[in-house]
Amino acid sequence: MFAEYTASELTSIFAMQGFAGLILFSVFVLMALGLAIIFGQMGVINMAHGEFMILGAYVTYLVSHLFADYMPESLYNSYFLIAMVLAFFVAGALGAFVEWAMIRHLYKRPLDTLLATWGLSLIMQQTYRTVFGAREVGVVLPDWLMGSVQLTDMIEIPINGIFVMILTVVITIGVAIMMQRSRLGKQTRAVVQNRPMAAAVGINTEKVDRLTFALGCGIAGIAGSAFTMIGSTGPTSGQLYIVDTFLVVVFGGAASLLGTVASAFTISQAQSTMEFFLSGSMAKVLTLLTVVGILMLRPEGLFTLKIRR
Amino acid sequence: MLQISDYSVAYGQSTIIGDMNLTLNPNEIIAVLGRNGMGKTTLMKSLIGMIPSQGGSVTLKNKELTPLKSFERVAAGVGFVPQGRMIFSTMTVKENIETGLTSTGKKVIPSDLYELFPVLDEMKDRRGGNLSGGQQQQLAIARALASEPSVLLLDEPTEGIQPSIIKEMARTLKKIRDKRGLSIMVSEQVLSFALDVADRILVIEKGKIVLDVPVAEADQETISKYLSV
Repeated sequence: MFAEYTASELTSIFAMQGFAGLILFSVFVLMALGLAIIFGQMGVINMAHGEFMILGAYVTYLVSHLFADYMPESLYNSYFLIAMVLAFFVAGALGAFVEWAMIRHLYKRPLDTLLATWGLSLIMQQTYRTVFGAREVGVVLPDWLMGSVQLTDMIEIPINGIFVMILTVVITIGVAIMMQRSRLGKQTRAVVQNRPMAAAVGINTEKVDRLTFALGCGIAGIAGSAFTMIGSTGPTSGQLYIVDTFLVVVFGGAASLLGTVASAFTISQAQSTMEFFLSGSMAKVLTLLTVVGILMLRPEGLFTLKIRR
Repeated sequence: MLQISDYSVAYGQSTIIGDMNLTLNPNEIIAVLGRNGMGKTTLMKSLIGMIPSQGGSVTLKNKELTPLKSFERVAAGVGFVPQGRMIFSTMTVKENIETGLTSTGKKVIPSDLYELFPVLDEMKDRRGGNLSGGQQQQLAIARALASEPSVLLLDEPTEGIQPSIIKEMARTLKKIRDKRGLSIMVSEQVLSFALDVADRILVIEKGKIVLDVPVAEADQETISKYLSV
């Protein structure tokens, strides 16, 4: 399959597909971070995670329109930062509400949470369809995110992709520091390990659960914000990513953020490079087979902590 | 200090602890002895709020504990060291102790904790799961002390720990009592440890206190009879 290309063509194909893979990687990481926090830390499989992401995307879309309509044009360039913060808080607030109204009653029933959050995802999708219409919407990128960087004659890299990647790196590092250093992070990890014991050392576990769930959903909101730069937003856009994201979380080892990043990288690169040479579904089949194979050898995922349990 | 009156705990229809009355005086160490299945752990777990109680009252410094959740009881002054230690094994020693600080609002571990358990200072950055049993026990006690309790509950602290360290632990518990002026309640199966550490010995059988004597008057043989299977 490589025979019909020259060596230099192959290099640029790999470089550009590699870069496309990196953008996919960014979305995966941002989605998977929130999911890993919720699934890895709380054991809740949140099927509506994709819809939380799309909520962030719609918030970004609304903010961009508000800026275009009511703000002076010079400010339009900075709409994205405000949209991102707003997306985080809107998705986080909805997450906290969902945890309070639904999830907390289902903590000991994993299959029921699966079903309940799936139902929630349908409700959210229909709400988007009713409010924003079935047609996909997009945002107009500010000038500084338009265009691309010409590296060689054949390789060019879009600026919005670079921006999304930098954003991903910053948020990942931020989340990692938060889970390791902050008080909420430590309390979350204690609750994850042993809920009744965490309560018996003085941690308010219900509050920690709510904040953790809200945080996971908030990060999904940011992911949605970033998503508007590389794709258009529709009611069902989030669904396309949810299965892949679960794959990333399970493959990476649910307890390890580093594992999440590594597995997102592997899966997105494999996907994106193979998609060019094979068909999309063949690429998916090969990725899935590899992941299944590796999980049979390492059932706890790529990265696990070595300790006595 | 801690006043337990007409207290009962049940799993569904089967009553484990029925109409128990028990007083823990300030600055006192009591040991609750009893065979397996007599309700020691159930009593401890219900006092910290892991198991709901059925009736009666528990007051600490005249504050009623029974309607409170676990974390509120900790804030009210109950410290708990569970059976099997239950430290957070993937977290470092330092982080483990820090979880105990939650109810106090402090951020830095008070240095006198490390003075009590110098080994924990040496192992600060190790993961809790990689400590030995004795070290984990010290960690569990330090974690409970971090919340500055006025009553410390220890459930079978000697379980799975080698004899030389058990002696050491009795000394440490007394030191903690003298230094911090708190009251301690241990549940035990090991009589020698109980005689070593406690001011008062209680024997629990089928959820009732059947013997309550100061340690000076405790007759080893009578108590052994209660403990033998």
